Amino acid sequence: MSWKRIWAIVLRQYYLIHKNATRLVNIFLWLIFDIIVWGFTTRFLNQAGQANFNFIPVLLGAIILWGFLIRVQQGVILPFLEDMWSGNFLNLFASPIKNREYILGLFGTSITTSAVVFTVAIALASSAFGYNLLTVGLPLLLLLLVLFLFGLALGIITISLILRFGPSAEWFAWIMPFLFSPISGVFYPIATLPHWLQIASKINPLSYVFEGLREVTIQGIFSPNPLIIGAILALIYLVGAYLIFAHTFKVVVKKGLLARFSAE
Amino acid sequence: MTPVLEIKNLSKKYESLEAVQDISFSIAPGEIVGLLGPNGAGKTTTISMLLGVLEPTSGQIKILGQDLAHHRSEIMTKVNFAAVYAHLPGNMTVWQNLYIFGLLYGVSDLKNKIQAIAHTLNIEKFIKMKCGLLSSGENTRVTLAKALLNSPSLLLLDEPTASLDPSSAHLIREQIVAYSKTKNTAVLWTSHNMQEVESVCSRVLFVSRGKILLEGDPKILPHEHNKQSLEELFIAVAREPLTFETQ
Repeated sequence: MSWKRIWAIVLRQYYLIHKNATRLVNIFLWLIFDIIVWGFTTRFLNQAGQANFNFIPVLLGAIILWGFLIRVQQGVILPFLEDMWSGNFLNLFASPIKNREYILGLFGTSITTSAVVFTVAIALASSAFGYNLLTVGLPLLLLLLVLFLFGLALGIITISLILRFGPSAEWFAWIMPFLFSPISGVFYPIATLPHWLQIASKINPLSYVFEGLREVTIQGIFSPNPLIIGAILALIYLVGAYLIFAHTFKVVVKKGLLARFSAE
Repeated sequence: MTPVLEIKNLSKKYESLEAVQDISFSIAPGEIVGLLGPNGAGKTTTISMLLGVLEPTSGQIKILGQDLAHHRSEIMTKVNFAAVYAHLPGNMTVWQNLYIFGLLYGVSDLKNKIQAIAHTLNIEKFIKMKCGLLSSGENTRVTLAKALLNSPSLLLLDEPTASLDPSSAHLIREQIVAYSKTKNTAVLWTSHNMQEVESVCSRVLFVSRGKILLEGDPKILPHEHNKQSLEELFIAVAREPLTFETQ
């Protein structure tokens, strides 16, 4: 394992973002607009509901965590897509870099960008709508951990699909988290779903996160066990995602897809 | 002398197409070998296999005595390449690109190494420019700088001068030959410019339909086959490969 090579992947993304307003704005813009739109929506719902129920912590908290998940996933895929867009796969993978070093490099960019975006989101929600997600306390760390592990897993699965099927599969990058959203209970309790979807949600780590958030914010209690199950599930997905990537890379090298990537 | 590169019975098959068929050759330290052949002959496929980005169907590649199939990462620290189709990302500066690839290849004293290579290849004046803003000739020199950054024992060059004007091409050729001599670097060089091949290569391999048909000194080989020049021999191999296959 070479830390220099892992650092190279992180540094390369820094070079691309540094002094580039377009890339920088792209990192923050979606979540900022989501917070603004949902902030006003929840304010309206509070007024319409005559303050019987405070929607702000439930919905705004959920939107921040959902945005964090997307940021983690995109933190993995964007450096990969930059390589794809600049036709750099051959130079990159003909270098001594190993699969696990490349993936750890992508994790590095994901950790950095998602941490910065999360901080900005917290500050914006607090200053604009008086909601401070940090009041959730220590359970927040566990919620973030599950989101982080699962976001990384989604990112790796996404790049595996693009690597295997070529640039025409790029749309997976933008849709992947949304495939899980119906059974994640981001804005509604899992109990709202039909029975068969409730069963499906049990193998989705995200459902434990958003149920946990609602439990803490509405009932003021925290049950760690479901979140521990969520964390274990997310870890299993992460390991599975890496194995899929390693297998996909082998197939790609066998079929010679790296050298003729743009033809896919 | 132990060869830097040793290929034994290398083949690559894509379903019904045999891109490379049972080729074997080796390159000694400091030797520059030309890999010649018409488009689609299997040259780039061979180079891709040597870089570890394409898995052979069968055969063995040994670089510096190590099996590429089992020690790819370690071997690649001693190998590098430049190809006309693999320019460095245009959205980073020359210096940034070289720094990133220097890290990837584990180059020590990297900043000084970049400076020295930039000086040798005369790319200092645009080192802070983004690669996407450079001319194709300038990009070729930058790609070559990347290829020399780790002082490779084996250098793979796929049409390195294809996009250069005659003067720049001449300069690059001289620099590569000098580099190979001083560093004892083995070079595998593909080109469609027969004059270039004749001037830099001590040995050539003619490839057609994935097979090595001829091998020898580029100055002698044409006469052995009753041809006036290497170009004439190239045309004959490209048009009538079967004639040479039986020889």
